[in-house]
Amino acid sequence: MTPAGSLLHASALRKAYGTTPALDGADFSLHAGEVVAVMGPSGSGKSTLLHCLAGIIGPDSGTVHYGNRELTAMSDAERSALRRADFGFVFQFGQLVPELTCLENVALPLRLTGAKRKEAEARSLEWLERLEVDTVAAKRPGEVSGGQGQRVAVARALAGTPRVVFADEPTGALDSLNGERVMTLLTEASRATSAAVVLVTHEARVAAYSDREVVVRDGVAREMVGAV
Amino acid sequence: MSIGHTLLGLLESGPRHGYDLKRAFDEHFGQDRPLHYGQVYSTMSRLLKNGLVEVDGVEAGAGPERKRYAITDAGITDVAQWLARPEKPEPYLQSTLYTKIVLALLTDRDAAELLDTQRAEHLRLMRGLTERKRTGDLADQLICDHALFHLEADLRWLELTAARLDKLAEAVRT
Repeated sequence: MTPAGSLLHASALRKAYGTTPALDGADFSLHAGEVVAVMGPSGSGKSTLLHCLAGIIGPDSGTVHYGNRELTAMSDAERSALRRADFGFVFQFGQLVPELTCLENVALPLRLTGAKRKEAEARSLEWLERLEVDTVAAKRPGEVSGGQGQRVAVARALAGTPRVVFADEPTGALDSLNGERVMTLLTEASRATSAAVVLVTHEARVAAYSDREVVVRDGVAREMVGAV
Repeated sequence: MSIGHTLLGLLESGPRHGYDLKRAFDEHFGQDRPLHYGQVYSTMSRLLKNGLVEVDGVEAGAGPERKRYAITDAGITDVAQWLARPEKPEPYLQSTLYTKIVLALLTDRDAAELLDTQRAEHLRLMRGLTERKRTGDLADQLICDHALFHLEADLRWLELTAARLDKLAEAVRT
């Protein structure tokens, strides 16, 4: 079970790649609807923390609870089902499927959770409008700019109304203006749908869109005292 | 930069004469602006009056008396409070932050903690500016952007310093 009030809770996470430790007893708590920035220098373990929290990789030891379910005790199939139903993802380079149109990319997770094509595409178009990229709905990812592609990726992450969005350096490949627009749209849309956001970033200007920050150093996550 | 707190911090490792204090200050922090003797003695007499230092001994010589100063318990508390208190984010803050980091290392306090506290303070202000930008007009956005870029520069320096703390600790302790 997660502690009272928290939606996602990790305790004493350890993970090593070969002999190199990435997480060394990291704790983390996320409340419903909040935006938390995970900061730290390169190689500090912040992306590994995000991947463990999202159930993409399993820690060597430690636990991750989501509500009253323990992610770390689930089978791969159960974790995949949970990710599709409750989590959304935005990565640094969009990671859109190049063969599909932008609209089909947004609709894909909805289709995977059982939505009919027409319904999925209608909802996806709404999200593309919300992210101000409905004009590229019929284009393929290779035909749109980096900023547009990243907005499509945000639309895809939010279209399934997830309870948690995991964003790993979502503006890392964008210029300042596009980065800011993506952050504004991501945080406004997640707040409007009460989705919590775990935002991995090394940029302070991006972290400033969060409600509070957690700093990862040498594989240990630290809550900042005095943070809002 | 607070010269009083800096001299207090330097005294924490052991009693010193005014001259030694000036030399230690110049060595660590006085690259661009060495301290004048007058500043040392006026600062020490103020610290003495406030009970933050005491006279540990007086050597009579050919010239003026040479007082040796020692930090008091109240002085140690004062330094600790100053180091733990984040600075108000503003331009050209790095000299104060650098001084605090060096003093924390010299007095075996947690310099990484100090950097974390300062980062939190900077981010608190940056959140406020980001929110003002979100709800403001273009003029607001540009004004806030200017401040945000400056604060971001501070934070980048802070992260770089955090990554080099071990090396800095070696350098200041030798």
